Amino acid sequence: MLSKKNLQLNDNGDLHHLLAIEGLPKRIIERILDTAESFVGINEREVKVVPLLRGKSIFNIFFENSTRTRTTFEIAAKRLSADVVSLDVARSSTNKGETILDTIANLTAMHADMFVVRHSESGAPYLIAQHAAPHVHVVNAGDGRHEHPTQGLLDMFTIRKYKKDFTRLTVAIVGDILHSRVARSQIHALTTLGVPEVRVIGPRTLLPADIERLGVRVFTSLEEGLKGVDVVTMLRLQNERMNGALLPSASEYFSRYGLTPQKLALAKPDAIVLHPGPMNRGVEIDSAVADGKQSVILPQVTYGIAVRMAVMAILAGSAR
Amino acid sequence: MKIAIRKGRVVDPASKFDAPADVFIAAGKIVAIGQQPTDWHSNKEINADGCVVAPGLVDLAVHVKRGTLATELAAAAAGGVTSMVCSPDTDPVLDEPGLVDMLRLRAQSFHSTHLYPLGALTKALAGKHLAEISKLAQAGCVGFSQADHGVLDTQVLLHAMQYAATFDYAVWLQPEDLHLAKGGVAHEGEVASRLGLTGIPSIAETIALATHLELARVTGVHLHVCRVSAAESVAMLRAAKANGVRVTADVAVNHLHLIDLDMGHYDSNFRLSPPLRTSRDRDALRAGVIDGTIDAIVSDHTPRQDDAKQLPFAEAAPGATGLETLLSLTLRFADATKLPLSAALSRITHNAADAARLPAGRIAVDAAADLCVFDPGAYRLVNKASLKSAGKNSPFLGYELPGVVRATVTAGHVAYDSQG
Repeated sequence: MLSKKNLQLNDNGDLHHLLAIEGLPKRIIERILDTAESFVGINEREVKVVPLLRGKSIFNIFFENSTRTRTTFEIAAKRLSADVVSLDVARSSTNKGETILDTIANLTAMHADMFVVRHSESGAPYLIAQHAAPHVHVVNAGDGRHEHPTQGLLDMFTIRKYKKDFTRLTVAIVGDILHSRVARSQIHALTTLGVPEVRVIGPRTLLPADIERLGVRVFTSLEEGLKGVDVVTMLRLQNERMNGALLPSASEYFSRYGLTPQKLALAKPDAIVLHPGPMNRGVEIDSAVADGKQSVILPQVTYGIAVRMAVMAILAGSAR
Repeated sequence: MKIAIRKGRVVDPASKFDAPADVFIAAGKIVAIGQQPTDWHSNKEINADGCVVAPGLVDLAVHVKRGTLATELAAAAAGGVTSMVCSPDTDPVLDEPGLVDMLRLRAQSFHSTHLYPLGALTKALAGKHLAEISKLAQAGCVGFSQADHGVLDTQVLLHAMQYAATFDYAVWLQPEDLHLAKGGVAHEGEVASRLGLTGIPSIAETIALATHLELARVTGVHLHVCRVSAAESVAMLRAAKANGVRVTADVAVNHLHLIDLDMGHYDSNFRLSPPLRTSRDRDALRAGVIDGTIDAIVSDHTPRQDDAKQLPFAEAAPGATGLETLLSLTLRFADATKLPLSAALSRITHNAADAARLPAGRIAVDAAADLCVFDPGAYRLVNKASLKSAGKNSPFLGYELPGVVRATVTAGHVAYDSQG
């Protein structure tokens, strides 16, 4: 029972919730990236706090555990002077039979201004946004296989830092596209920002049906797909993918799709390598690449804070 | 009780009768069409001016729970449905004759829509041991089904069909390969890939359907294929019918209108089983209804509480409420495809009744007085307040749909009258 209108934007066309990159206008993505640029400086100062969100209450509601993502959202909120409460709902109330909407209603009654939501089911943040009080903003911190928009944005921020102009790039996304919310956010962000060629590379068992309809070129050979690319983004391969019949083993996967220095050499000499983390060294990526000079994996983490600050600051500044 | 329905346009798809006529009802039967019987005194007059007088609708797919039976029978009457076949996945499952007796007696006590239960094909629908289908048939079951539980073991299915064929009982199956559909919540394709939802591929349906059709061919059983959703299935059914397999089929009316794209941002009212597929599938289903490959259009009425739908899409319970939109959506389908009214109505009246082997769906002297009087030119807004069913889970909330039921007569009783 959700409306079909674009929940993310208010009547003025400003960002009200960040639920997905799909459907976001280019100007909004660029505004987030530009705003993040100004926060990078703050993060390098001795006093890393600005009072933009003083008095605002932000609830990190994680229906699925993720220490890393939750921590970066906490740091981002604290640097904006917001009051932050993090809830691991995966371990508390919903196990006692409370529904998502009850949890949200209770937290709204505590005068929440923003919910940062992670959930194992695709679309859960839409359900919450649909039922949230009008003044409350919802940020999707990853929903099922659907999207992880702040990760997609920080990846764009990182790519822009190193490559400047999106309209001349060839970008390859490698690995478990099927289960990856990061891949979907990246694809929509890259195509919206004008990247002329986005490639996805993986075995057919890990490619979603009709994925080319999202505007990507599909490769099943890592060697073919990496030829001449400017940016390589590797996806995490969950160990549980070995349980079914999707893949025979981690080592066979690495032999075909693991990023080694030899395979990276097929890309442009100045190609950069991204990974949303946490990495499985020796499964999807060789340590020599992860720690190599083309890797921008640690800068991604640093920029992640600035991008999340930008998202929260922009949302807090919009009203419905 | 003597009822006269006056000034209506009587449309009986079975006899191809379509003309203005008065209909006279006494003692539960139609006693005259056109000419008023001599010495007639009505207990009740229904003014059908501007309305169609059609056979009461026959809905082959209704899910009921005992606790809400009264509400759902009222919803059926409001929807013009006078006969409904209910699925055995009640709580408890209809796998014992006593349970069937109880359900039928309780339904009869409301003097409303006729309820024809399907019995469980296997005990507890577990797909392992045959239920006592002969006893269940004696208790009033009109066919045997696995609801949406399927059967993993093909040998069990073969034996079930052989046994059912022995006594000429019909086996009703929704074709779905349980392994291929495992965990799926939406049609496998672009939309599910975008939304990050686990897909149910069309082959989950066609592979199971191929198995069912082959088993029906070799056993000679009457197979009724429930809720076809994929284009390829329609082609398979068409070929099977041409080859003389004893097969009938139905489609949920929602699937004649909606496609996977319509779920928008995870609208859980669009979480259906089988899933909504593509426009290509929808067009093939429409063609299948028009050429008779698909015998019946059904509501697949599955009322759900709000709690069961206000969940993330994959966690929401599948199904839509439908008894009260079956007629309107069938009229909308006829309008969209330029199908004549009588042909469209046949799929929710006598063609449906014939597929289920029910004595219903016709207007004739001496036939049971099951009638639906509706205004085909009027529109109604579908919203939570207007739905009588306990389930408000319609994908058509907010739609204005054609066709307003003015009165429903079931076995000579006025089961619904919009005038109050």
